[in-house]
Amino acid sequence: MKKFAMVFIAILAICAGLAYGSNQLTKSTGDSGNKVLNLYNWGDYIDPNLLTKFQKETGYHVNVDTFDSNEAMYTKVQQGGTNYDLTVPSDYMVQKMKADHLLVPLDKSKLTGLNNYGASFMNKSFDPGNKYSIPYFWGTLGIIYNDQDVKTGSLEHWNQLWSKKYRNDIMLIDSARDIMGFSLISMGHSVNTTNSREMIAAKDKLNRLSPNVKAVVADEIKMYMAEGEAPVAVDWSGEATEMMSQNAHLHYVVPTEGSNMWFDNLVIPKTAKHYKAIYAFLNFMSKPENAAQNARYIGYSTPNTAAFKLLPKKVREDKQFYPPQKVIDKLQVYRNLSAQKVQQYNDLYLEFKMNK
Amino acid sequence: MRRSFKTMFYTPYMLWLVLFVISPVALIVYYSFFNIHHQFTFSNYQEFFSSGTYLTMTANSVLYAFLITLFSILISYPMALVISKLKHRDLWILLVILPTWINLLLKAYAFIGLLSHDGLVNNIFQFFGLPVQHMLFTDASFILVAAYIQIPFMILPIYNSMTDISESYIKASRDLGATNWQTLTKIIIPLTMPGIKSGIQIVFIPSLSLFMLSRLIGGNKVITLGTAVEEHFLTTMNWGMGSTIGVVLIISMVIVMLLTTTKRNRRRS
Repeated sequence: MKKFAMVFIAILAICAGLAYGSNQLTKSTGDSGNKVLNLYNWGDYIDPNLLTKFQKETGYHVNVDTFDSNEAMYTKVQQGGTNYDLTVPSDYMVQKMKADHLLVPLDKSKLTGLNNYGASFMNKSFDPGNKYSIPYFWGTLGIIYNDQDVKTGSLEHWNQLWSKKYRNDIMLIDSARDIMGFSLISMGHSVNTTNSREMIAAKDKLNRLSPNVKAVVADEIKMYMAEGEAPVAVDWSGEATEMMSQNAHLHYVVPTEGSNMWFDNLVIPKTAKHYKAIYAFLNFMSKPENAAQNARYIGYSTPNTAAFKLLPKKVREDKQFYPPQKVIDKLQVYRNLSAQKVQQYNDLYLEFKMNK
Repeated sequence: MRRSFKTMFYTPYMLWLVLFVISPVALIVYYSFFNIHHQFTFSNYQEFFSSGTYLTMTANSVLYAFLITLFSILISYPMALVISKLKHRDLWILLVILPTWINLLLKAYAFIGLLSHDGLVNNIFQFFGLPVQHMLFTDASFILVAAYIQIPFMILPIYNSMTDISESYIKASRDLGATNWQTLTKIIIPLTMPGIKSGIQIVFIPSLSLFMLSRLIGGNKVITLGTAVEEHFLTTMNWGMGSTIGVVLIISMVIVMLLTTTKRNRRRS
């Protein structure tokens, strides 16, 4: 027993020592000094070489802290006690943070390179006039299929998912808005509809999809698809990129009749302090060569049209991640709905999941 | 003097109870009376007991929890019986409990590896010339994995009550001419009943709300009350409805407790 206690105390002491040491190390690079920028970003969502280049060019050191969901980031910013200068919420979260007065408007006079961004990616409903946000990456919702089971190019429309061919073959991402969304689009309705009749019709249509649905899963969907557990999935383009890097048989399609379009955006949260560094960084990231380098590293679609032109031909012509303009015109961005409607979407979605 | 010592002795335990047992339950009950606009209302309960969705979900949860409990008893009881007769029984019981040292999430992922399309089980099937089976995302796989996770909690109380049976009872029953089967049904099972009952109490309630397994192994084709609680707290932020389901779960726990303890008290008194 005495031995056990000694070992236990030793482990605690070592952990405390290491924690103190690592704390000292981060302190010495300093997040309180003047020549820093505190970036709060998704995990592995910026090319680290760009951060070194930024420091070399401007002298500002970038401290990166990471989050794994919009909601977690929102809670941390809202509760205060942090000193993040920039963060990267998705579209609906920009709208929510704006409504809750957590964002600082951008000073357009200090921004350069805004005209590098494509018109299709600016002035979206979640932030009209881009008063608060600059798009960082964008993507879509679409269908991923494995060419070992599904003939290449044969699956291109939402309605095909209901075909008897795909019995017990489809995996869906566990997200109420997205799943209800593609059902709504397949019926020609808006993904932001608040019309109960349309919503119920979309749910009834999803119920008829149930025999084809193998599973409704979250992040694990990437692992399952990469391992070939199911031939078809409905997921976001960002996740599709990761799956496809692990399994060359996978392909991604954005149905031509329309889909959801999502954005991750750079914004200045209320907690920001280092404004000079913030604008230096925003302008640095808007430069075509830097945005292109970042897009090559992350593999997501860049909204920076000038950067797009610098990407390799193979990437530019990849219709999976850069769909043609006539498809882009049909993509819809989610609007932040009222609490009741969010509840109704989720209730209907739960009913669909319970249906067998 | 003596009394103040006694209060000093009790205070930490009372504080513990109030902070970590009474106040969380009180908070859940309190939240269950508020709607999304933070107004006081009974509508959450009305909705729960009038909506087909929630009632079916409750029925589903009870059914799955019942099956999980049943299968874990069916596996645990003979296992406990055999182990209690073995020479190094403490070592064997330790091996049975060993999986509880591994994180639940890791165990779930291990099962994904076993049951998946190209997993170990299918490899073995193929080796014997059997066709590949789709095992993940079925009711059977969900119940199997859930029962596997609950077995240590079922086996321990049963095993303890078995080792408590005095050897002389068994001998007496043999002397009186009872067959092995009669000894089992007339002596061992009645005497281990308290163990079975506490096993049921420990296993049944958590099985009502295994939301993580129902997603990872059941692929959300198995929907239990836990799925709804998770959704209300994390996605829709409707804490009122989530708490209402929590209260229903607490009440069902009380019912299970009452059902499984009455008999024991009667015998003791």
